[in-house]
Amino acid sequence: MLTVQGLDVAYGRAQVLFGVDLEAPAGSLVCVMGRNGVGKTTLLKAVMGVLPVRSGRVHFAGEEITGLKTHERVRRGLGYVPPGHETFPQLTVGENLQVAAEATGRPSQGAVDEALDLFPALPVLLKRRAGFLSGGQQQQLAIARALVGRPKMLLLDEPTEGIQPSIILEIEEAVQRLHRELGLAILLVEQYLELALRLADRFVILDAGEVVRSGDRAELRDPSVHALLSV
Amino acid sequence: MATLNQLVIGASIGAVLLLIALGLTFTFGQMGVINMAHGEFIMAGAYTAYLLQPLVGTQSVLVALPVAFAVAGVLGLILERLAIRHFYGRPLDTLLLTWGISLVLQQVARDIFGAPNVQVRAPGWLTGGLDLGVRLPYNRVFIMVLAVGCVLAIWLYLTRLRHGRRMRAVMQNRQLAAVSGVATERVDQLTFFIGSGLAGVAGVALTLIGPVGPTLGTNYIVDAFLVVVAGGLGQLRGAVIAAFALGILNSFVEFWVDNGASLAKVVVFAVIIGFLQLRPQGMFVVRTRALS
Repeated sequence: MLTVQGLDVAYGRAQVLFGVDLEAPAGSLVCVMGRNGVGKTTLLKAVMGVLPVRSGRVHFAGEEITGLKTHERVRRGLGYVPPGHETFPQLTVGENLQVAAEATGRPSQGAVDEALDLFPALPVLLKRRAGFLSGGQQQQLAIARALVGRPKMLLLDEPTEGIQPSIILEIEEAVQRLHRELGLAILLVEQYLELALRLADRFVILDAGEVVRSGDRAELRDPSVHALLSV
Repeated sequence: MATLNQLVIGASIGAVLLLIALGLTFTFGQMGVINMAHGEFIMAGAYTAYLLQPLVGTQSVLVALPVAFAVAGVLGLILERLAIRHFYGRPLDTLLLTWGISLVLQQVARDIFGAPNVQVRAPGWLTGGLDLGVRLPYNRVFIMVLAVGCVLAIWLYLTRLRHGRRMRAVMQNRQLAAVSGVATERVDQLTFFIGSGLAGVAGVALTLIGPVGPTLGTNYIVDAFLVVVAGGLGQLRGAVIAAFALGILNSFVEFWVDNGASLAKVVVFAVIIGFLQLRPQGMFVVRTRALS
């Protein structure tokens, strides 16, 4: 479903990704792992077109999307949750979802209801401004926001980073449900091995901007993998 | 009695400042673009009213309002497409660029309309005034009503309509809007169109209280920027309060002091500098967890 080939990305003169390849089949949950600063977030931003790529190609759902603008990629079925529980702080929770639903060009109450269904904490907060929610609630809103466009694939960047433990569980369950019950393809950036072991079908480990290891879930237990992730 | 008169004059100047500042709230407050050519969009609006007068006749003001909105809006759109968008995130370069464009536009106006001021005649129902102990000139009342109407229209647009909601989303978190599927460039264009169009409306309002000349906008642009800064960037209610406070303060100092016009400017600037020392963020600020 998503294929990344030989991706080079740079911030000015500082190159961050070097020839990254990645394959995420339909319905799979692929975990992108690695230490801080190895290029995981950059990879997702490049796939979304938020950052320009220097060379390489990105294909999605049978079409090359390397040159498309960000909103065009979203309309083709890529959903993205950036790191750090981002919202539109001055809009209400309901408006946050509405903006995303309307932006896809075919707003549907059904899609909004489905997204809310996943996070029971949200419906009672619909009239609150998003900026006043707790970090965990904002993250749930961020995921719901990415879902109201009914994406074919969801890109999640460290959805549990800095979130209170009780909500981490809810988010993990939601991701499980999206993947197992609804069959959504997911590309998940995650630092924690235990979480990856519970969720991932496949994994890719980045180090210094290159893919140094990839495989299926069973291989995650290999001691050499542990060495690549520990600081 | 004289005090009340000054209050009316001050409030109507405040209303003009508000109309100008409303446009700036969009382009400067929300997008962070310092557009010095905003003043020339005011001028363009005023000359639009002047050109329409022989065509439409005595009721030209009513026709001029929407036409001037469109003319100034399209000018703003062209400026954004051709120049400003290449300078997003570089405020100082934008300042220089738009200042240069503002001088060019003034000269263009001189070439077309000549350097001397021209007059737009107000329709009959705007001459004279209402005597309620204090005299309420109809033209000034009309400007106040116009300003209040524009504030209401913008508020409704931003809070009730799909496009307004989208605009607020882009201003609050541009990147998040893009990854939510919003075509942010399109929203930028619309923002610029509306912001500049409001300057055109302000220009028509100015024709009711004075002559029209190539430097019409220059006289107001600095005050309007001050209104936006003092009110708090991108804050509608801040702009409303600051505009009326500035207009009224200005009119009272002019009245109390002999040769007050230039001293009034000094006093107003001093008050604003003092105020910004105490509250650099302006009257209202956006307070959320997300921004902390």
